[in-house]
Amino acid sequence: MKLLWFHLMPYTDLPEDFKQKHPSVWVDIDSRLFDPRKAHVLYNEFMDELEHAAEVGFHGICVNEHHSNAYGLMPSPNLIAASLARRTRDAAIVVMGNSLALYNPPTRVAEEMAMIDCISGGRLVAGFPVGTPMDTCFAYSQNPSQLRQRYHEAHDLIMRAWQDPDPFTWNGRFHKLRYVNVWPRPLQKPHPPVWIPGGGSVETWHWCAERDYVYSYLSYFGYKNGEATMQGFWDEMKRLGKDPNPYRAGFLQFVGVAETREEALALYREPAEYFYGRCLHLDPRYVLAPGYSSEATQRARVRSAVADAAARSRGGAGGGAGGQATGFEAIVDEGYVIVGSPDEVAEKLRELAVNLNVGHLMLLLQFGNMNHQLTQYNTELFAKRVLPQLADLFDDEWEDRWWPQGLPAAEAARPREVRA
Amino acid sequence: MSLPAERHVQVNGRRCRVWEQGEGEPLGFLGGLRGLPRWPALLDRLAEHRRVIAPSLPGFPGATGFDELDDLPDWVTATLDLLEASGLVGADLIGASVGATLAAEVAAFSRATIRRLVLIAPFGLFDEREPVKDLWATRPDELPGLLSTHPAELAAFLAPPAGEDAAEWSILLARASEAAARLLWPTGDLGLRKRLHRIQAPTLVLWGAEDRIVPPSYAKRIASALGGWVEVREIADAGHLAELDQPDAVAAAVLGFLS
Repeated sequence: MKLLWFHLMPYTDLPEDFKQKHPSVWVDIDSRLFDPRKAHVLYNEFMDELEHAAEVGFHGICVNEHHSNAYGLMPSPNLIAASLARRTRDAAIVVMGNSLALYNPPTRVAEEMAMIDCISGGRLVAGFPVGTPMDTCFAYSQNPSQLRQRYHEAHDLIMRAWQDPDPFTWNGRFHKLRYVNVWPRPLQKPHPPVWIPGGGSVETWHWCAERDYVYSYLSYFGYKNGEATMQGFWDEMKRLGKDPNPYRAGFLQFVGVAETREEALALYREPAEYFYGRCLHLDPRYVLAPGYSSEATQRARVRSAVADAAARSRGGAGGGAGGQATGFEAIVDEGYVIVGSPDEVAEKLRELAVNLNVGHLMLLLQFGNMNHQLTQYNTELFAKRVLPQLADLFDDEWEDRWWPQGLPAAEAARPREVRA
Repeated sequence: MSLPAERHVQVNGRRCRVWEQGEGEPLGFLGGLRGLPRWPALLDRLAEHRRVIAPSLPGFPGATGFDELDDLPDWVTATLDLLEASGLVGADLIGASVGATLAAEVAAFSRATIRRLVLIAPFGLFDEREPVKDLWATRPDELPGLLSTHPAELAAFLAPPAGEDAAEWSILLARASEAAARLLWPTGDLGLRKRLHRIQAPTLVLWGAEDRIVPPSYAKRIASALGGWVEVREIADAGHLAELDQPDAVAAAVLGFLS
């Protein structure tokens, strides 16, 4: 299987009373809390962490896009990916990804990703998320009722722009472009692998199946809460006649590893509580936008809300009354974060990968306000003692057709060393 | 309260419901933010004097097809088609909120379509000194109080009628909200200010004095720019949905203006 190191790049200095004094981590996050001198240090540490992960043997490194968000300092993941392309050699660079409806014209995405693919020697994974309501409808004011229509048109345009060898005219519903001619072209043919980060909508599963894309479920709530969604995904793949190749899927999981379980529990309490307490402190005003979810998804949600309410009234759901867990014990019990010794973590992740049938495991080994030193420790211990226990999984049976091709070493450019 | 007669017309290849009640000269009504999930008290009052015709705009209860409307020309075209198919060309027209926005646009683009115009708190303008409220960035529990001075009555108006499936009813109302957003996201400014001078139909501008969505001061902004005869009335103890909060006062103002 593939083990990938994912960075959200959270701002690590939100005050302790953030939840009491501020309405939201997102959209109207108070800019007075942002210190650019602090961000200078953070960005450089974060990029060091991604580079370090590539050096110690993670198969891929992942970045993503958020706007007006204090737990995601990457409005432009492409800027970070471009730098990583120069400073890493073999790891896949997974841009997870660009929210297509936000770019006008969308050929900008085709151009920038083609640049990253060329600079990196064919190591790009192109992630195409719709983007959350907070990012797209509120921070970027996109019309929620048109968002998916625009997303699909942008996707079609980008894929043609990467593959059509001749200049063409695009007379779309939302975009009229007389001359489409992306230059540079992506190195990978016919195009870089496409991964789709999504929630649990059936339409997205169909769409991925039809186009042979990877579906990646990026939940912050861990393997226990993700099981029903991944089960739904695989049931749907079976119904559509697709093979159960685990590399069709990606899944996100927070992990904290240490020599012993006791040590891990002590080390990762604060960053986990910082993430689930402060980073996910979100004003409910920005969580829904009319039309963001299709009517089919709304129907499914109404049904599952009824089921949830029934479960809760029977005393289920460890997350408390209608909300997510924010205390460390519940965070661990619910499986949001897997903590433990290397062997314990390896065992849980194997169970996750097998039960959820996921070949691309995206790991958050830095989360919340975890400092640079602890992040390096977590990363290194994982790479040495967990990763080797898992890397062989699935490979005797399945081929990963969604992994970047990369150039042979002999053809790969060698960027000059940086001198002080 | 009696039930209106119901028929359907085709707009953009989709069925739109038309409700009708009363005798006499036709009087059109284009509904507000949630459209007409039920026949409202205001239309009962008006139907005592006029033949009230209330067509549903695409996406509002009784009509679909809004997801093919991408921009203002598409919406104006659909509204013109709807008024023509409903038999309202040359008639008096009342619009509320979203319906008022499109009634004003139609009056500006097509002067012959509307005889006399009643606008109840239209969107379409934006003044950053007194911004239009972002009605979508709200919590479900605060929205009724923002829209109405009588939130309990509003809740009853929006509740599923006996025998309706509650889940499907909530989707019907969400669809209306989406249709409004499709036209108005993110600020409600459609550039109407540049076209107000073209509205030459005699116009009554009605506004709930407690409108927390579009400030009542917008009534004067609109009235001062209109091209024809204009009257402004503020309705006491009424919010953005003035026609639901104060149906008697709104009916009296409308009938007084049209008589």
